[in-house]
Amino acid sequence: MKADMITKPKSDDSAVAAIMKSVRGNIRQYTMIIALVVIWLIFQILTGNFLTARNLTNLLTQSSVVGIAACGIVLVMVAGHIDLSIGSFVGLTGAIAANMLVKQNLNVWLALAITLLCGLALGCWQGFWIAYRQVPAFIVTLAGMLMFRGGVIGVTGSLSLSPNNEIFRAIGQNYLPNIIPDAGMNITALLIGAICLVIYWIMTFRSRAARISYGFQTLSFPIFMVKTLVISGVIVGISFVLASFRGVPYLALILGLTVIAFTIISTKTAFGRHVYAIGGNKDAAVLSGINIKKTNFTIFVLMGLVTTIAGICYASRLNAAAISGGQSMEMDVIASAIIGGTSTLGGEGTIIGAIIGALVMASLDNGMSLYGLGSFEQYLVKGTVLLLAVWVDIATRKKG
Amino acid sequence: MADYILEMKGITKEFPGVRALDDVTFQVERGEIHALVGENGAGKSTLMKVLSGIYQYGTYDGDIVFNGEIQKFNTIKDSEHKGIAIIYQELALVKQMTIAENIYLGSEITNRGLLNEAESYKRTQKVLQEVHLDLSPTTKVINLGVGMQQLVEIAKAISKQADLLILDEPSAALTETETDNLLEILRELKNKGVTCIYISHKLGEVFNIADSVTVLRDGKTITTKKIDDINEEQLISYMVGRELTQLFPRKPHKAGETVMSVRNWTVYNPELPDKKLIDNVSFDLKKGEILGVAGLMGAGRTELVMSMFGAYGVGISGEMILEGKKITIRNPENAIDAGIAYVSEDRKRYGLVLRQDIRFNTALASFKRFKKRGFLNDNEIIKQTERYVKELRTKTPSVEQLTKNLSGGNQQKVVLAKWLVTNPKVMIMDEPTRGIDVGAKVEIYNIMNQLIDQGVCIIMISSELPEILGMSDRILVMHQGRLTGEIDWQGATQEKVMYYATGGTKGNEG
Repeated sequence: MKADMITKPKSDDSAVAAIMKSVRGNIRQYTMIIALVVIWLIFQILTGNFLTARNLTNLLTQSSVVGIAACGIVLVMVAGHIDLSIGSFVGLTGAIAANMLVKQNLNVWLALAITLLCGLALGCWQGFWIAYRQVPAFIVTLAGMLMFRGGVIGVTGSLSLSPNNEIFRAIGQNYLPNIIPDAGMNITALLIGAICLVIYWIMTFRSRAARISYGFQTLSFPIFMVKTLVISGVIVGISFVLASFRGVPYLALILGLTVIAFTIISTKTAFGRHVYAIGGNKDAAVLSGINIKKTNFTIFVLMGLVTTIAGICYASRLNAAAISGGQSMEMDVIASAIIGGTSTLGGEGTIIGAIIGALVMASLDNGMSLYGLGSFEQYLVKGTVLLLAVWVDIATRKKG
Repeated sequence: MADYILEMKGITKEFPGVRALDDVTFQVERGEIHALVGENGAGKSTLMKVLSGIYQYGTYDGDIVFNGEIQKFNTIKDSEHKGIAIIYQELALVKQMTIAENIYLGSEITNRGLLNEAESYKRTQKVLQEVHLDLSPTTKVINLGVGMQQLVEIAKAISKQADLLILDEPSAALTETETDNLLEILRELKNKGVTCIYISHKLGEVFNIADSVTVLRDGKTITTKKIDDINEEQLISYMVGRELTQLFPRKPHKAGETVMSVRNWTVYNPELPDKKLIDNVSFDLKKGEILGVAGLMGAGRTELVMSMFGAYGVGISGEMILEGKKITIRNPENAIDAGIAYVSEDRKRYGLVLRQDIRFNTALASFKRFKKRGFLNDNEIIKQTERYVKELRTKTPSVEQLTKNLSGGNQQKVVLAKWLVTNPKVMIMDEPTRGIDVGAKVEIYNIMNQLIDQGVCIIMISSELPEILGMSDRILVMHQGRLTGEIDWQGATQEKVMYYATGGTKGNEG
């Protein structure tokens, strides 16, 4: 009884303080989210029409292709590798899909299946040289960058191929159909939002209950609720924004599924943890019985898979495959991962961080275009942001 | 009054939340070898960083008086300039460069803007003679053993005409002969008037070489004594603040049936495939025993156990029999599956992912065992981690603490936890207490005894003779890749082990 009386009021009083402490303690994780919000507000003030449902939907589709590829590069970079071939890879797989549709006149599903198989094969090719022949990834993927670009030219025959296939175009340009077509809002988007919300709530509460049943430390209940409500708010917000425009773009759906899959792979599988171990300390990983070769090979096969998905999305969005397709996209993808906190030395990085990084990059592109700035300023600003993001990271790390 | 070359007065250094040094007074007489001892975390390294200018003037309280003047060092260059040279545990040589280039790194001898190589070779040769290194100045450092590299560092300090030489755990990676050689060189330097601060965990060396000794504990100066006025037990009790009744908690073990047999084990060097590193080694490991493996550096002890673990060597022949079954081990994964664990000699390099937390590192060797419907069971990982944090008494605020923030002893406990999770039958421990303070050492020994009680067998490699003699039930001695002796603990003496380790063979002892 006595203990109860002493501790209870104290925990209530300190709830706000505890939240503040938690925010301060994880300030680095929140830095990029804060930066993203600041960028959005600045562009809203400058242009007046940045934060509209239409533009935010555009922003999401614009960042999707880079975001999908970024899921793969996080694993690659966490393991201490790099992939310079992304741009050519995206171009090549997009060209293969277009070729299958335009020149071979294949059924769209067959064309997509063949493209995915080709992409996996290319991933295996790079993975083989990196993992089993121990050629540094920098070299293998630099070679890939050149070879795949050659491949693009060969597959397209130096022409721009426009598939004009309904289903193929829909991937990059259309939205999930509205289940109640004449409603004022897109009900599908709201429904998906609601499903996500329910799944999210079930998962967080179950995991909290499990931790409590094991007797582990958990966040205090008020902090837990604030965190849950904030994330719920983001989910609700996104679904309302999408619902008030044209609904959920297929691209966003693909991005979302890729993010979920890769978050699970990186945090909830032995393979994922092995990737972090290899990047954190390769010698210790070897002596802990981790199969480095197999893990590295798998990383590049997965990278091949997401790059192929990105390639299909890219070609579909433009409804074209040209010889310059995807050129220098690797820079955007790598920059997204780095801005999102992935260490260039390996061992650290998160999928969700890279997605936030991709959103930051896309927001800069989109906002500056809306404001009427050209490529000159866009490149300057993006380069500066990359530099500052890494500098801030290094500077805050030293203090902590 | 004594002539002090160095007086550090009332040094207080604080880090956020910790007072690392608390009003420390440290006085060194000119021309003496002064040992600085204390458990890990006592403040020795912090004190030396204050002295060398790594923590610049103004970030600490108190005064450094060197050669009669109050010093205000802002960088390590400032202290070097005044004649203080510090040689770190982790050697700071550029491995791809030659000895001469390393010695004059940062103070190259030039002639109208171009390097004067002839002169630097000549001077390098001279300082190499002072440290008894018969090497060409053009030898690349990468080709030298750790012991020789250390001597190159000392030569570098001599070349800078340092008055005060600070050695931080110089013998940690040295063999007994190399250590003797080092101590001899320090004595010669002392005769030439160089003062030396010698930081070491090895009290034998301290008594061997030091003129006086200062003990730090928890950031405070405990005492400074002339070495003749103190004995080893007193010194240890100053360090730990309590009487250590028994440094080696030997427990009588009853050796049971043979668990593992190694027969005619031969291993070749992966870099020089013609060179035999392990030559026809055979031995048995019995249930409930600690099998000590002694030998000098380069005898092949680590190579032997790492090749058994599937992590080293080419052209391996011979066989391993575990619990009556012949096993084939191609890589560490096979070894772990068979029930063999290997605690390496360098936990930071080979044992832990330092940027990850205790939880991650505890599961490091067994993520595959924590699967539930294909996915990792995080709660089970936390449960096991918390179990071993409790059982091994790892000092940490939470299992989510990054391992880089733990002390050496606690890091070693995490490594042990990592292997215990794999449920090993045979635990190979390579230098299990290297770089760990006295208190934590005893804890590691107690854990080893508990493992034996639980039926795990232990192979322990150690370069510290007292440890080998104090903990092993049976001692194998290696020399140049061969087993030269086997001694039961009751009959073991330092002399006997050294006899076999230097190449004596069974039968003609004497």
